[in-house]
Amino acid sequence: MWSFIHKLGSPKWFYRISAKLQPWFWVAAAGLIVVGTVWGLLFAPADYQQGNSFRIIYVHVPAAFLAQSIFISMALAGLVFMVWKIKIADMAAAVMAPLGAAMTFVSLFSGAVWGVPTWGTWWMWDARLTSMLILLFLYLGVIALRGAFTSRDSASRAASVLAMVGVINIPIIKYSVDWWYTLHQPATFTITSRPSMPMDMWLPLLIMVLGFYCFFIALTLMRTRNEILRRESNKRWVRELVEEAR
Amino acid sequence: MAFDSFAEFMAMGGHGAYVWSSWVITLLLILGLIGHARLERRQLMEGLMRRARREQARQAQDDRQAMVYPVDQEESS
Repeated sequence: MWSFIHKLGSPKWFYRISAKLQPWFWVAAAGLIVVGTVWGLLFAPADYQQGNSFRIIYVHVPAAFLAQSIFISMALAGLVFMVWKIKIADMAAAVMAPLGAAMTFVSLFSGAVWGVPTWGTWWMWDARLTSMLILLFLYLGVIALRGAFTSRDSASRAASVLAMVGVINIPIIKYSVDWWYTLHQPATFTITSRPSMPMDMWLPLLIMVLGFYCFFIALTLMRTRNEILRRESNKRWVRELVEEAR
Repeated sequence: MAFDSFAEFMAMGGHGAYVWSSWVITLLLILGLIGHARLERRQLMEGLMRRARREQARQAQDDRQAMVYPVDQEESS
C-alpha cells in the first residue's frame, strides 16, 4: 500500500501510467457526451410543464456536479499535499481549479438562462444560487492566490489551505435546497431513491453526468502531465524523454 | 424522436434561444479547455526541445574548443 502511494507520488511513474490511461478517458468522455447529447436533445420527451426548455438540464446538472466534485477533489489533493508533501497532488490541484471555475460558470449561466422561461427571472438571491456563486468566487480565489506568490511552495500551501477551508461550502450547496426551500428545486439526481423523472429523461442525464466525469479525469491527467513537464524540466528523466521525442 | 422537423428542433417550442445558448456556451468552454491543454503541451515540448538543441550546440562548441586548445583544457581541469 505504501509503496503504491509512493509510486503514485513519483512524477515519472505518474507521467508514464497517465499516458496509458488518458486515451481511454477521452474516448469514454466523447462517446458518452455524444450519446447523451443526441438522446437528450432529440429523443428525450418534452417536459409536460416546461416543454423543451427542460433540455438545459443535460448541461446544467452535469456541470453543477463537476463544479462541486472538482472542489472536493482539489481540497483532498491539497490535504494530501500538506500532510505527505506529495508534489503530484499539488500539481493536480493546480490544474483542477480553472476547470472547476469553468464548470461553476456553466452551471450558473445555464441556470440563469433556464430561469427566464421557468421562474420568470434569471437571478434571485436564493440559497442554492448564492452558494454556487460563492463557489465560483472560491475557485477564482484559489487561482488568484496561487498566482500571488513568487515562491511555488508558499503558493501551493496557501491554495491548499483555501481549498480545504472553502470545502465547507459544498455541504451548504448540497443541503441549501432542503434547508432554505425558496426557488431552486431539490435534487433531481440521488443514488438513494428512485429517479423522479421518466427513464427516457433520466438515462441521458446519467450518461451526460458520466461523460462529464470522464472529461474531468481526462483533462486533469493531460494537464497534470503538462505541469510535470513544467516543474520537472531539469530532471534527468524529462531530458531523456525530450531526447527520445526529437 | 421528439421533433417532427429540423425547424421545430431548432425552435425548441419557443425556447430555442435558452436551450441553444446554454449548449453553445458549454461546448465552447469544453473545446476551449481542450484546446488550451493541447497548446500548453505543444509549447512545453517545443521549449524543452529548444533547450536540448541549445545545450547540444554548446556542448559541440566546447568539444571543438577542447580540440583546438587541448592544453587550456588540461590546465583548467
